[in-house]
Amino acid sequence: MDWFRRVKKSILSSEKKQIPDGLWVKCDGCEEIIYKKELANNQHVCHKCDYHFRIGSQQYIDMLLDEGSVEEFNQHIKSVDPLDFKASKKYSDQLKNARHKTGMEEAVRSVTGTINSMPLTMAVMDFSFIGGSMGSVVGEKIARATDKARENKTPLVIISSSGGARMMEGAYSLMQMAKTSARLKLFAEENLPFISLLTHPTTGGVTASFAMLGDFILAEPGALIGFAGPRVIKQTIGQDLPEGFQRAEFLLDKGFVDRVVDRHHLKQELTTIIEFCRT
Amino acid sequence: MQTVLDFEKPIVELEQKIEEMRGLSAADDMDIEDEVQRLQEKLRKLSNKVYSNLSRWQRYQLAKHPDRPYTFDYIDRMCSDFLELHGDRRFGDDKAIVSGIGTIDDTKVAIIGHQKGRNTKQNVYRNFGMPNPEGYRKALRVMQLAEKFGRPVICLLDTPGAYPGIGAEERGQAEAIAKNLFEMSHLRVPLLIIVIGEGASGGALGIGVGDRILMLENTWYSVISPEGCASILFKEEGASKAPEAAEAMKITAQDLMEMKIADRIIEEPTGGAHRNYDETAKILKKIILEEIQSLEELDTDTLLQQRIEKFSKMGTWED
Ligand SMILES: [Zn+2]
Repeated sequence: MDWFRRVKKSILSSEKKQIPDGLWVKCDGCEEIIYKKELANNQHVCHKCDYHFRIGSQQYIDMLLDEGSVEEFNQHIKSVDPLDFKASKKYSDQLKNARHKTGMEEAVRSVTGTINSMPLTMAVMDFSFIGGSMGSVVGEKIARATDKARENKTPLVIISSSGGARMMEGAYSLMQMAKTSARLKLFAEENLPFISLLTHPTTGGVTASFAMLGDFILAEPGALIGFAGPRVIKQTIGQDLPEGFQRAEFLLDKGFVDRVVDRHHLKQELTTIIEFCRT
Repeated sequence: MQTVLDFEKPIVELEQKIEEMRGLSAADDMDIEDEVQRLQEKLRKLSNKVYSNLSRWQRYQLAKHPDRPYTFDYIDRMCSDFLELHGDRRFGDDKAIVSGIGTIDDTKVAIIGHQKGRNTKQNVYRNFGMPNPEGYRKALRVMQLAEKFGRPVICLLDTPGAYPGIGAEERGQAEAIAKNLFEMSHLRVPLLIIVIGEGASGGALGIGVGDRILMLENTWYSVISPEGCASILFKEEGASKAPEAAEAMKITAQDLMEMKIADRIIEEPTGGAHRNYDETAKILKKIILEEIQSLEELDTDTLLQQRIEKFSKMGTWED
């Protein structure tokens, strides 16, 4: 098994590729042609090489929370274009397109529900909405989800997937790092767990704020996790990066992640952690 | 060696001319004296005109000006005593963030700041003011010392960014910054944040959570540098589009006041902080003492509540 080489290849060739329409899909890990239905039945994990395909917020919600228990909140908070940002594109157009393309208002959704009958507050990021970037609304929704967990005295799970802060909101987006971290500090005063799950990719301002503040930090196999992006690092130091650098397994080895968790075991492991923390 | 930016050139040239005339006027020639006065009036008008009409890109250049005063330039001028404290007790001593304890008039404070180098050799030593995780961990250690002994903390922000290197990632750059945001939001002493030069993204914010955010007049603070933003948004043209990116992101002290992120702009002497270190430090010192005094009047719970509310309000959305 040579996990890293496969992942690296997939990064170079198809970083942004979604699962294409049609009945079949090619695995980014091993190039196996997989029947889409089969992939979906296997939680979007390749049956041959265990490559974890990127999935959206709805799929995590369906996968982890008990059927019929889910209630979304704050779904109507909407991004505005505070800086009237125009560079190569207009931010207001980008927002419009992202909403149209994804059917979502923003790059994060927040829900309450139960996991194996235990109440839970969960925020799930969605990379398909402007690269999961954090602007005012993502920050605000994460902060409010944290408050909700505190008020309802439930554990908090945040599933991250983000290229970092949203440049088009300038310093506002930067300050969401401070906002979310400050509210998590309030949450930390309760004896309730915050479990952070890092999925591919989790970088920049999201990593350097709430994503790295979990009492428990889990990561999906092969996920790219870091502060600076690999391209920036490579440019700065002027040399190639070591194999497997900034992957979930690398962070596990360096001591920044508690566990790398196969998607098939995610619900069970979250349950075990939450049961441990119940008083 | 003095660096002169393009838009500073006419001013510097006029200044040199006045100096030359002054040399001549030693002969006590009345005509020359009149001419000097005329030129000085011209200089005043020219300076006002240039510095009141700076574009965001020009302010950005002033913020990065190689002659601009850095953290130690202020510490040396403001503190009657200062003891630098080194190391994060985990891995090493980061040279891009300096920290220590000192006295400003009669007020004992902890000071933490990014530190750039003045020349190539110093810049290699200081890593161009780009911290590794150890810098953030040292900063937090010293902040918690200040908390333990009830002393206010002053953070001076001036970095082109946290260092994007292999070691930095291996040792948890993101975790180090995140932990600082988390802990600083509840540090039980006054925390005064002052942007003295460059406020680049998480690398700046990592020592930037506090009760008041002050910005010197010619500084910038945003989520990414204009060059970084341009290289992402304008793939081909890249950094040549940085001036446009600076405009689009609205990065100056004035912008951050309007965004209600900065609380106060600290005016610099005419021509900018780099033209008069002593005067800038004098202005800064006065304001620091004033701000600390007003923060110390608040009880700790109110202080913390206001700090969280301050950051909670930041951003814009429709609900
Ligand atoms: Zn495969």
